Amino acid sequence: MADRTLDVKGLNCPLPILRARKALATLPPGATLEVLATDPGAVRDFEAFARTTGHALLESTRDGPVFRFLLRNRT
Amino acid sequence: MVEPSDARRMSIIVTKGTLDWAYPPFVLSTTAAAMGFEVALFFTFYGLPLLLRDLDLAMSPLGNPAMKMPTAGAHLGMPNLLSMVPGVDAAATAMMKRLMKRKGVASIPELRALAVESGVRMIACQMTMDLFDYRLEDMIEGVELGGAATYIEVAAQSGINLFV
Repeated sequence: MADRTLDVKGLNCPLPILRARKALATLPPGATLEVLATDPGAVRDFEAFARTTGHALLESTRDGPVFRFLLRNRT
Repeated sequence: MVEPSDARRMSIIVTKGTLDWAYPPFVLSTTAAAMGFEVALFFTFYGLPLLLRDLDLAMSPLGNPAMKMPTAGAHLGMPNLLSMVPGVDAAATAMMKRLMKRKGVASIPELRALAVESGVRMIACQMTMDLFDYRLEDMIEGVELGGAATYIEVAAQSGINLFV
């Protein structure tokens, strides 16, 4: 169970990334954030975001039209 | 003393002010800032209106042969001649805004606010401000004034330098 869930379904690039970054900034180090999105571009974007920022992308799954990302805040 | 180029710094020269061309600088700058970059936007010529407090962005299909809008399952362009008809450009602008909203794309005012909030530097070209009689008071808070040398220095320290 993630520490926080962020619903950005229906929002397009760059909003999923921007909102996720904002949410992570309010969480303590090591906390997890679950992001729910419908933007297919978010899959690659979150991979790049994780590689560049050091926040870990623990999971990246899909359930029909909804993409689910599990991020862990940098420590 | 110029610092070595830093891969985590980006600058964008913004020369266009239509609704469509406002997107690349604001999307890229906010995303880069979210990814830990220091970003500077240098607004000049027709990019200056993007700094006005009251944004009134428009677009036109005129001279825009690649602009083919999704219409009833197809992509339709508009003949240049039609742009001369009063109200057509306004309709094209309104249609684009509606499309953006429907598809969950952020508005320019929202992206601009996010950019400012993320610490993106907004630099207005002094020369073209004077040229077009724009006043700093008409612009949003936090706009810096600068000239070409200001930009060159910023660019020399940035790993990514773009021209829109």
